[in-house]
Amino acid sequence: MSSISIKLALVLASAALVGACSTPKVEAPAPVAEPAPAPVKPVEARVVTPMVAPEVDPLNDPKGMLVKRSVYFDFDKYSIKEEFNPLLAAHAKYLSSHTARKILVQGNADERGGREYNLALGQKRAVAVTGSLTAQGVAATQVEAVSLGKEKPKATGHDEASWAENRRADIVY
Amino acid sequence: MNVLHKNYINSFLNTMLLIASLVSLSAQAQLHVEISGVGETQIPIAIAGFTDEEMAPQMISKIIKDDLTRSGYFKVMGLLGSISETDTVDLSKLKSQGADAMLVGSVHKTEDGRYDIRYKLYDTNKLTTLSFYNVTQSPQFIRVAAHKVADDVFEKLTGIRGIFSTRIAYVTKTGPNYQLEVSDADGDGVQVAIKSKEPIISPSWSPDGTKVAYVSFELRKPVVYAQNLVTGQRTLIANYKGNNSAPAWSPDGKKVALALSKDGLTQIYCVNVDGSGLQRLTESFGIDTEPQYSADGQSIYFTSDRSGGPQIYRMSAAGGEAKRVTFTGNYNIAPRISPDGQTLAYISRRDNKFQLYALDLGSNQELRLTDTQDDDSPSFAPNSRYIVYATEIAQRGSLGVVSVDGRTSQRLTTQAGDVRNPTWGPFMK
Repeated sequence: MSSISIKLALVLASAALVGACSTPKVEAPAPVAEPAPAPVKPVEARVVTPMVAPEVDPLNDPKGMLVKRSVYFDFDKYSIKEEFNPLLAAHAKYLSSHTARKILVQGNADERGGREYNLALGQKRAVAVTGSLTAQGVAATQVEAVSLGKEKPKATGHDEASWAENRRADIVY
Repeated sequence: MNVLHKNYINSFLNTMLLIASLVSLSAQAQLHVEISGVGETQIPIAIAGFTDEEMAPQMISKIIKDDLTRSGYFKVMGLLGSISETDTVDLSKLKSQGADAMLVGSVHKTEDGRYDIRYKLYDTNKLTTLSFYNVTQSPQFIRVAAHKVADDVFEKLTGIRGIFSTRIAYVTKTGPNYQLEVSDADGDGVQVAIKSKEPIISPSWSPDGTKVAYVSFELRKPVVYAQNLVTGQRTLIANYKGNNSAPAWSPDGKKVALALSKDGLTQIYCVNVDGSGLQRLTESFGIDTEPQYSADGQSIYFTSDRSGGPQIYRMSAAGGEAKRVTFTGNYNIAPRISPDGQTLAYISRRDNKFQLYALDLGSNQELRLTDTQDDDSPSFAPNSRYIVYATEIAQRGSLGVVSVDGRTSQRLTTQAGDVRNPTWGPFMK
């Protein structure tokens, strides 16, 4: 260190001392009597405490029924076909036991016909699904039936296969 | 040539290229119009260029000639050169050349930078002046000025109010992008009102032409908004449980009729324009939708499948008992009543084709207006003489305009993507 730096350091140090001396002394608070720590129990090394790993939400279980969210309808039909009853029963059971969960059921119509009338037809499909769920005990506040009409087709072809794919109601969590 | 000269030429060319590309971009944004068919009688009218029209951003006489030709009511005889309203004209000579009327005019610039179009319309038979007037407009809306001249010519010669200065609104879909656009009735002057990544359907004009109500799917379900076109602000009109759709403004501008599924089945309701005061208007066991007020505000026409298949009904605007209006075929939807109350337009499915029909309510005669197969969303021009509708050509959505007698038609297409859901705006100043 150069002589000037040493001098600077000394000056600063003495300034700090001066500063320390010039502040009024504060009374340190009287020590509070702390309670004596409790004696530690020695842990039995052989104890095994169980833990349960968090469950995968059954909603996302790829092997379960709940990943299936779509119900298909025949042409000009708005009632649930038997083959979809197990799917609806599974969602009804899940929703009844998870009452904080809400779903949107979006109904669709194939591309043929007017936009507004098809919006209302898609609605009938959504209502068929929500009706089935509420009939199985799901609270009406947990479900909302809406329609996308022909506005968001899943299949964009102009043949019966595409139309059949679009005559559909989807359960959206 | 020297280097400096070359640089000037280069930069000039670059500027021209830039301007050209900008012009072509805006050309892409407009609807392309194709015309076919002619009206029953065509009035022959001679139209010359307007003096000094080169000073304006648009060729006034060309816009007028195109408007009158497109209407189907006129046979336009273009005259060479330009003739102003102060020039002397030989009307008898024009009569001998086959013209029943003649239009002349001139363009002037006002002190505050607007354009003043002066014109005169002559009757070559009676050798009289039918109209002697002027229209002043800012440069931004210069085409509107030309359309207003065409409207005046149309009305003086046919007795019917012209619709050239009206606008249409419609929805476009290009890939994942939806837009609600407003254009002049000739497809020019496109302005974008809304951009969305989710579908927009069923736009409906307010009677004063400043707002459009529409259905948006941005909330994963159909919801109705009213958008102020001038300010860009929008109001939520209806988001009840279930579907909210098919908005239709009342003629007095105070209420909007709607189709709501809040009570289970889709039924017809109305609300005040701020969304308050919900009132149920139909109570059927079927689907009731697509309400449309008559021009006098007393009735509502709508679609209902209460009898099994969709048909068109009429009820009081206050709701209640409904009377069936369509009886042919088992599928009639999308009712629209002409402003003069004489014609009902609708879409009917016959032989698996969805086509536009017009029913004369006086004679009860029905007329099929189109040869296409996937028509939807008809809308009357405010003079009751034309209907714009959505259709599909080569699997692309485009718009058609057809005269109520079926004789004249036009097609409006976009460069790319689909156009659908047109609605014709009202007369405006």
